[in-house]
Amino acid sequence: MPEGIRIGVYTCHCGTNIAGIIDVKDVAAYAATLPNVVVSRDYKYMCSDPGQDLVQQDIREHNLNRIVVASCSPHLHEHTFRTAVAAGGLNPFWFQMVNIREHASWVHLDKAAATLKARDLLRAAVRRVALHRELEKGRVDIHPDVLVVGGGIAGIHAALTLANAGKHVYLVEREPSIGGHMAKFDKTFPTLDCAACILTPKMSSVRAHKNITLWSYSEVTQVDGYVGNYQVTVRRRPRYIDENLCSGCLECIEACVYKEGKFRDEFDEGLSKRKPIYIPFPQAVPQVPVVDPETCIQFKSGKCKQTCVAACGERHAVNLTMEEKTEQIDVGTIILSTGFKTFDAHRAPEYGYGRYPNVYTALEIERLVNASGPTGGEVVLRDGRRPKSVGIIHCVGSRDEKTNRWCSRVCCMYSLKLAHLVKEHTDAEIFNFYIDMRTPGKGFEEFYQKLREEGVHFVRGRVAEVTDWAFDESEEGSLVIRVEDTLAGMVRRIPVDMVVLATGLEPQPDAQEVRRRFNLTCSTEGFFLERHPKLAPVSTFTDGIFLAGACQGPKDIPDTVAQAGAAASEALALIDAGYIETEPNTAVVDEEHCSGCSTCVALCPYSAIDFNTEQRKASINQAKCKGCGTCVAACPSGSIAQNLFEDDEIFAEIEGILTYA
Amino acid sequence: MPEAFEPKIVAIFCNWCTYLAADLAGTSRLKYPPNIRVVRVMCSGRVDPQFVMDAFANGADGVLLGGCHPGDCHYQEGNYKCLRRYELLRRLLDQMGIEPERFRLEWISASEGERLRATVDDMVAKVRALGPLRLPEEVKAS
Repeated sequence: MPEGIRIGVYTCHCGTNIAGIIDVKDVAAYAATLPNVVVSRDYKYMCSDPGQDLVQQDIREHNLNRIVVASCSPHLHEHTFRTAVAAGGLNPFWFQMVNIREHASWVHLDKAAATLKARDLLRAAVRRVALHRELEKGRVDIHPDVLVVGGGIAGIHAALTLANAGKHVYLVEREPSIGGHMAKFDKTFPTLDCAACILTPKMSSVRAHKNITLWSYSEVTQVDGYVGNYQVTVRRRPRYIDENLCSGCLECIEACVYKEGKFRDEFDEGLSKRKPIYIPFPQAVPQVPVVDPETCIQFKSGKCKQTCVAACGERHAVNLTMEEKTEQIDVGTIILSTGFKTFDAHRAPEYGYGRYPNVYTALEIERLVNASGPTGGEVVLRDGRRPKSVGIIHCVGSRDEKTNRWCSRVCCMYSLKLAHLVKEHTDAEIFNFYIDMRTPGKGFEEFYQKLREEGVHFVRGRVAEVTDWAFDESEEGSLVIRVEDTLAGMVRRIPVDMVVLATGLEPQPDAQEVRRRFNLTCSTEGFFLERHPKLAPVSTFTDGIFLAGACQGPKDIPDTVAQAGAAASEALALIDAGYIETEPNTAVVDEEHCSGCSTCVALCPYSAIDFNTEQRKASINQAKCKGCGTCVAACPSGSIAQNLFEDDEIFAEIEGILTYA
Repeated sequence: MPEAFEPKIVAIFCNWCTYLAADLAGTSRLKYPPNIRVVRVMCSGRVDPQFVMDAFANGADGVLLGGCHPGDCHYQEGNYKCLRRYELLRRLLDQMGIEPERFRLEWISASEGERLRATVDDMVAKVRALGPLRLPEEVKAS
């Protein structure tokens, strides 16, 4: 045990969060009896300014040289208290935090047992902190370039914000065009702005911006490195049209041997057909067609007349032998804005999607009401008739124990928007079937009121089923919606011509793979997990990687844009600082005791351990070491130490827990 | 009636998955028995078998290790290293007469607060049923 250790211990009440279960006075009084403890206090909110001042004042007055704070999780306030300790004139790592909130008061009901547990944990920390050494933070330079993954409205906004600040951005988009889901919408709630009018100018700015490198039809396949220095591999799928040579005249599409579209148009949700050579939508960025090798005759049989190539003529932009390319880039920070997928309505078979042709998903209706959609904005049934009555079923794949438990946040509002638009287009009778109307947002409730005044019907109740089984003549030829109207207190059968399913939002199908590629964590639902739900909503547990938009959880366009701006400014803060301080918890070899067995070398996932074959000694590259401590645990001669997690410190903690002083 | 036996369980959790799962259990206000005390390490790969031996020698009735799911390790593969050591150590402890229920390795991700609660519930119940760990005097820490 080092000499002259003077410890200050602070037990936080956290209002009643801790003090309501744990007897903080008892814990503080107990801590005062522990060896080397000079001061022990309890205080209402240790993280507040007065709480931090208390620590700093005591450091000066009582000549303290170690600090222990028992409060919340170190993931929340370790940084706060280390900073306070440093401001008090001590090394910030002469500090240990004890988690008696998340790990004790919030999870236990037995007050006496929880207090005893707090005592144990505090005793362990007091023992441990006495052994803490003076450490220095490392520094890592931040490469100024940024990678933005996903070119929906989130990625577009983040990329433009960064590019406008003079940073170079790589924007990687998987689809042939940027724009994401927003590009499919006709209008946006609650203002009914035309989605294209607000999105497409931003898309063109992306194309024109000198600081943005746009790689569409491309995917990130590998990410190496660490904050400030990521090496990223991007796979660029061949679109068979050279982006540099194409003028965007689209004559190749015109010239295709298929005179009419024959294949499912993904952008129109399958409501129209496209050719093998196509552009997803007229305002696509880049304004370059793409050839789908799955359907193109040349790729299938090699016997096409290649009229597209001929139509391009001297430009030679159509190149059916184009090959996949791989790009390697270095970036300092990464923003993930990979978006969402909508719930597959087949998973709610009671609503008959796929069985009854006139049951649609909301996204299909978005395309139908869209002036540039498959029907030119005509809302018609599959047989071309105009619907006289439409039922919109809310919460399909949301708030449902059988499928997804979460509220998708946007469906109530987009259902209202679609109700308004469909009514405007067809003058049909419109019924909304809802569990609860959720309209928390600027102008949202007012929009709901407006819809009621427009004569849209609202029926409160989860729809039991959609059926074509008619009870009488009035229901003949209709889809009957069976629902318990919980306000009227009766079961109703409402015949309609068209059913719209307000499908919820889900994580992308490959979210788990993407998560692993970028070393992220997911929440229970599978959306990417932010570092802290309130205080770090766009950061992740991997430094230098930020989140924007619905990949983090369902959200509407204003929230997505706000988050994208936040992610961009978090990245900017790192870039403009030029460096980031890194945790000092790296591993170090005690060369004198290193036996030269080289067991550690193969264990390091980052190849951070060098082995000097002449002297037979290992050494650890501090810039490469990420501080997992795997080599430390493996070293047979015990000659590798991990800063902040030294063997002695961990033994002291374990023994501290178990010893009754 | 003698006081009911309450086991003391030392848990060693990795910083990125299981420690966060325990934080999530807290923020979700899930309830589990107060018998576990968590020691935080950056990675389950840092868990030296001696930590486990030390805990048992000093009076722990059980040791619970927690790491990220295979493939999800924040440091790529530290959890596999932990698994390898666990498998060896488990056999050694068994030979020493320490029942297998007393030493456990679980993969619990940051989003699995409920799984953490269930694991602690289960382990505490099993170790409570076994009663206190009775180590021969010569292997106890002095």
